[in-house]
Amino acid sequence: MLIRHAPDLTENDVTPKDIYVRRREIMAAGIGFGLGLAGTAAQAAQVTGKLSARRTFWTNETPTDLEAVTGYNNFYEFGTDKLEPVKYASALTTRPWTVKLDGDCAKPQTVDIETLLKGALEERIYRLRCVEGWSMVIPWIGIPLAEVIKRAEPLSKAKYVAFETALRPKEMRGVSDRILQWPYVEGLRMDEAMNPLALLAVGLYGDLLPNQNGAPIRLVVPWKYGFKSIKSIVRISFTTREPPTSWNRYAPREYGFYSNVNPQVDHPRWSQASERRIGEFKRRPTLMFNGYADNVAHLYAGMDLKKYY
Amino acid sequence: MKAKRGFTPDIALICGLCLLPVLWLVWRFFQNDLGVNPIETVVRQLGVWGLRLLVLGLALTPLARLLRQGWLIRWRRPIGLFAFGYVTLHLLSYVVIDQYFDWAQIWSDILKRPYITFGMAAFVLLIQLALTSFNAAIRRLGGVGWRNLHRLIYVIVPLGALHYFLLVKADKTMPMVYAAIIAVLLGWRVWEWARKKV
Repeated sequence: MLIRHAPDLTENDVTPKDIYVRRREIMAAGIGFGLGLAGTAAQAAQVTGKLSARRTFWTNETPTDLEAVTGYNNFYEFGTDKLEPVKYASALTTRPWTVKLDGDCAKPQTVDIETLLKGALEERIYRLRCVEGWSMVIPWIGIPLAEVIKRAEPLSKAKYVAFETALRPKEMRGVSDRILQWPYVEGLRMDEAMNPLALLAVGLYGDLLPNQNGAPIRLVVPWKYGFKSIKSIVRISFTTREPPTSWNRYAPREYGFYSNVNPQVDHPRWSQASERRIGEFKRRPTLMFNGYADNVAHLYAGMDLKKYY
Repeated sequence: MKAKRGFTPDIALICGLCLLPVLWLVWRFFQNDLGVNPIETVVRQLGVWGLRLLVLGLALTPLARLLRQGWLIRWRRPIGLFAFGYVTLHLLSYVVIDQYFDWAQIWSDILKRPYITFGMAAFVLLIQLALTSFNAAIRRLGGVGWRNLHRLIYVIVPLGALHYFLLVKADKTMPMVYAAIIAVLLGWRVWEWARKKV
């Protein structure tokens, strides 16, 4: 991306904020994932608010305003307009809440959300890139997905992880519209799910997740378009075959199983080359894997990303 | 009844009403009330008002006929011109505030994105109608020539609706509502035409 624009830019413009920011992330990733989490004092900043968590991964980009993060959501179970979830998601009962782990695993089980909340929580400041062409920076709080997966001891034949959102017609006014097939389902390949970046978020901005953001527990896979980060999860299953995913079912040509952020592969109806960061005026170039190439590009080595979009 | 001419009170009222949506947007801008994604709000609102006024313009002839109120026809020009105004602002907002003069991206959008291709085609056709919406132009073209040129609206409005339909991600309800209304309004014309032919 930078190469394409380089001739137009002055030295000042080129001082690449993206790369500067990513360098910090890469360092954080090295510390967090390579050297072990304990004892890295700089990362041990406690997040104030209801949840205490250790900050393990971040970008220095300015987080998007809380009001925008919690007021502009795609959560079709509560309506297709992005202003609807904040109005109607309060109807969702989030306690008691359990997540069922099942499928090809040695220890199928049901995990209570309270158990997860009592564990060690981490804060991760990630970019979120929506397939519609806008993006945010969100300070999530959660548990690495890998930790939850390990509880169930998936069998070696389990190659995929399937996720399912709660389906509560009485609480979700949007599910009477059969726009998508309910319940909402998503999936990852096992190695994607085990990647350290994949997070099960239970909070944001230091507090419990608001309902419209997918309370009480939702996936966050920051190198993929936002719709992969399934909300209000009730079930995680291990499968040998690629599980169905909601948007792919709706329009297979437009939304692939992988749906990695990729500025070179356009949505059939619109360009993915740039994005509008909420709160900013000018569009900014979209980065490969949403800027997380150093963390995840190896997962797709040798794959034709135009074919596996 | 003698035909009314010029800028009569009813025309002034129509112009005032047509200005309200854009004034409302300006008001919301100064109140900081355009939402989380203000640029999207502005582009979409200008576009949807352009389409609404185009559809309204298309409805005037059938309405005038069915209600036997011929004077309604005089509203077509201000409504049509305001529709052109909103569509122009819609396009300008896309070029200036959405893409910020990224001509390479805009050009590739026009070529590659069907919804933008159709939208641009509708705009280019609409320019000709706007430029000939003056008495002098009608005189120059002659009544028949002018009428034939302005039948382009039967192509422009469906193109506008198609533009809308294709850009919506999943919930096609509103685009379908517009499509249905347009189908009725154009269907009425076909029916009239067939009836007169017999």
